[in-house]
Amino acid sequence: MLLVEAWQFIVAHPGRFFDALATHVALSAAALGLAIAIALPVGVLLADTRRAALVAITAANIGRTLPSLAVLALVMPVLGTGFVPSLFALTLLALPPILINTVTALQQVDADMVDAARGMGMTRAQIMRKVELPVAMPVIFAGIRTAAVQVVSGAVLAAYIGGGGLGDFITSGIAMMALPQLLVGAIPATLLAIGADRLFGHLQKILTPAGMRPR
Amino acid sequence: MIEIRGLVKQFPGAAHPAVDHLTLSVSEGEVCVLIGPSGCGKTTTMRMINRMVEPDAGSIMVAGRDVMQTDPVSLRRSIGYVIQQVGLFPHWSIADNIATVPKLLGWDAARIATRVDELLDLIGMEPATFRSRFPRELSGGQKQRVGVARALAADPPVMLMDEPFGAIDPITRARLQDEFLRILRGLKKTIVFVTHDIDEALKMGDRIAILRDGALVQYATPEAILARPANPFVESFVGTDRALKRLALIRADGALESLGAAVPVHAIGARANLRDALALMFEIDIDTLAVTGPDGAVLGAITLAGIRAHTRSVDGTNR
Repeated sequence: MLLVEAWQFIVAHPGRFFDALATHVALSAAALGLAIAIALPVGVLLADTRRAALVAITAANIGRTLPSLAVLALVMPVLGTGFVPSLFALTLLALPPILINTVTALQQVDADMVDAARGMGMTRAQIMRKVELPVAMPVIFAGIRTAAVQVVSGAVLAAYIGGGGLGDFITSGIAMMALPQLLVGAIPATLLAIGADRLFGHLQKILTPAGMRPR
Repeated sequence: MIEIRGLVKQFPGAAHPAVDHLTLSVSEGEVCVLIGPSGCGKTTTMRMINRMVEPDAGSIMVAGRDVMQTDPVSLRRSIGYVIQQVGLFPHWSIADNIATVPKLLGWDAARIATRVDELLDLIGMEPATFRSRFPRELSGGQKQRVGVARALAADPPVMLMDEPFGAIDPITRARLQDEFLRILRGLKKTIVFVTHDIDEALKMGDRIAILRDGALVQYATPEAILARPANPFVESFVGTDRALKRLALIRADGALESLGAAVPVHAIGARANLRDALALMFEIDIDTLAVTGPDGAVLGAITLAGIRAHTRSVDGTNR
């Protein structure tokens, strides 16, 4: 019954629904993209020094324990409300898993393999590009996958600081005790999160080099 | 081919230098085995030749070039490098692994493909079967073969090998050693070979450098080391069965005597060594063996008395 009413709400307000959906996806994609663009190179740089890597992982782990809502709430007094502060907060949320996985994956690359690569005359950059990154890719991508799911779920909370997205229906649904409207936000947001997980799981398989795929 | 002079390496925090004023020269086409107890500086010495470790003092010349004046990357591309753990790249096919250095040197694809097949043939791995396999599909022995092929790919005149057969079971190791010696015969490579296994050193080395605490204790042919160990350290390092080890270095056709009136019933191949001949004599309780060539023709005989004489002969001219 509730589902039917939720469906009727979407049919009655297609513009509002698709706007919110588009904002949600755009916000999530932008945050994930930014987080990858920051965490991947930083991870590559930090992985070389044991001490820097340890500091980064500890910091990222603390960052990871912060509740999503708290991150958004902490951003608001500084950056105000709207899309950009939401984007900032969600990027912050996506950084730790990507950074942690990048650093640990690179540190776990077999030292003998790197020694062989160096001994055969690969430059530092060639070792990173041809050997370390491809071998670390499955684990790095697992971090991106985790971050993707966190961002898509976390984007629901952007509504609290005026970022828009599907969270708008949930907050207003709660405020007005309108359950169907709440579901208009909650169900697509859930499906998006599941979809992101499946999509990145699939990409992870494709990007795992053939010689390293589980048999 | 390789001239090492007054080489010193002191690692930070270590009480003693890892390598302490080492001087050593390796002639072209020779296998020089570096051996000694762990911590004697053998691996460090080897790794300074291609600047994987930077020396603190001294000089290394490879083919007339001072390595310290050579860019490390191009230096390493011109020197073959094999390590115990092989370090194949798991995400690359066997062909791509073997092609590592040729690709770095920018060879064209056709030349690389030809070279890869040539090397797979050389190491006894059917190119059509193994070309596109991945490292995890290979046994330990096959991986090490590919590791050797990879080091040979760009046909470097000098190769560095750090315990290449150390992680392999004894039976496969013996086979790989024989195979490697066979491959080397046609190639005339100058090789620095690190091991801690004296039997391997005696078998593989043209010359053996025995190191202790970063310094050279004795540098000589296997025969000379067995016959005239420089001091008690070398003597104990080589072991108490020196007489038997020397016999293992002499081929049956190197100890031939003329046949007596009757051809002995039992025979041994010309390429078998005297230690194996001796074992066979004891086993079947005889004191004369016929020696047969590859075609089965009897070349002569070896006798227990003859073998005994060889354990006493001092110089290393039998090899």
